Amino acid sequence: MNIIPLWLHKLSSPPVFYRFAGALRPWFLWSALILGAAALYGGLVLAPPDYQQGDAFRIIFIHVPCAWMSLFAYFCMAVAALVAMVWRIKLAEVIAMECAPIGAAFTLITLITGSLWGKPMWGTWWTWDARLTSELVLLFLYLGVIGLFNAIEDRRRGARAASLLALVGIVNLPIVHYSVLWWNTLHQGQTVNLIGQSKIAPAMLWPLLLMVLATHLYFVASLLARARVGLLAVEGGKQWARELIAEKADA
Amino acid sequence: MSLATAIRSDLRQTSPPRGTHACRALLRRELLLAWRRRSDVLFPVLYALIVVTLFPFALGPEDALLTRISGGVLLVTVLLAMLPNLESMFRGDLEDGSLEQMLLAPQPLALLVLVRVLTHWATTTLPLIVVMPLLALLLRLPIEVLPVLLIALLLATPLLALMGAILSALTAGTRRSAILLALMLLPLAVPVVIFAAGAVAAAQSGLPYLAPLLWLAAALILALVLAPFACAAALRIAVET
Repeated sequence: MNIIPLWLHKLSSPPVFYRFAGALRPWFLWSALILGAAALYGGLVLAPPDYQQGDAFRIIFIHVPCAWMSLFAYFCMAVAALVAMVWRIKLAEVIAMECAPIGAAFTLITLITGSLWGKPMWGTWWTWDARLTSELVLLFLYLGVIGLFNAIEDRRRGARAASLLALVGIVNLPIVHYSVLWWNTLHQGQTVNLIGQSKIAPAMLWPLLLMVLATHLYFVASLLARARVGLLAVEGGKQWARELIAEKADA
Repeated sequence: MSLATAIRSDLRQTSPPRGTHACRALLRRELLLAWRRRSDVLFPVLYALIVVTLFPFALGPEDALLTRISGGVLLVTVLLAMLPNLESMFRGDLEDGSLEQMLLAPQPLALLVLVRVLTHWATTTLPLIVVMPLLALLLRLPIEVLPVLLIALLLATPLLALMGAILSALTAGTRRSAILLALMLLPLAVPVVIFAAGAVAAAQSGLPYLAPLLWLAAALILALVLAPFACAAALRIAVET
């Protein structure tokens, strides 16, 4: 067998992945924290105030990366769900299910920061703008996946059912997005661009991109940590998990 | 006759009955079940009547206001009235073991599921559409908009039933599945409600309303083809232990 498929096969075994994730997690976590701190310094201190929005625009450095991550996490969940449905790999089921709470958290942060940003800029906490509505629907998709997973007692069966729901959701997501756009333009001609597509100044761009990188790294770190716990929960009765717990108890 | 041809002809004779037979048997069973519990048909209708009666009390009885909101209120009412029935679509089958028989049947499960969902729609949701003129009258929907509302409902409700069937199969055998089903159906129902209500609103303000109806029809055709397969996969997950 080729070396890369062989390695992937080995990695999909729960005990191997458990150790692999444990070794990798600190690297991702610390680089995410350092890059995030640098991006925050760049965004909150170094970047000049916006000529129109003043200092209020600075929430962009949290809002936009989280909005991207809310979609990216759903995409990751759907890919893992597809792998789980087709090849029935236990690890893929765990990863798909652990993506959901992280993605839901990013979606919630996006909605909250967006609403905080909307109050001074548009004069309202909430408006039924197409993007806001799509993001809210995305939150409901996440909550549905989490709710279904928790409602079924057997973890593996729950993971597979919720994986199917995630796949239905990813078919639905573009339909929701475009129908909401259509609905909004039908009713009112309001087009508030969340990010003015005008060229963003370099002093504002680099902290934004750095923060995007930091949130991706944080997502991976958080996913690795959650997947380890999820694997232990699924494999609790297995030999390797018992040995591991015994080791921890001794130490 | 050689042994091989004998076996082959024997196999041919005992080949499973064709799909149409199974569909007919399933259809008869479902209709019979619905007929034995015919008072159940009235519950969604009563529910819709109650909701529609409450709106004028909450918003005031002005005709102009009621006319403006009637299309949207009726659509949401139908959607809500469908929910309790969607939730229990496969529960009885799962409890008495007939779901396992459907899974074991030589006919494709997706085909049986399609028959099951369409019969379920016809016995639980079609009565709602039949009483819709009365409800529309109560909410002062203009009479010339009524056909558009009925067509929108005839396209939107089977679509919701097909998507609800997937979710119902996923939640089959779980507790407190009612609120879970509502939570999962909301994202799927958003485009349907937008297009159905969009058609009614367009007709009400004298705009062309064909485009949203065609979108609904396209989505219905897509769901008729794809949803039974997703539903069958969900049922397999629900039954395996």
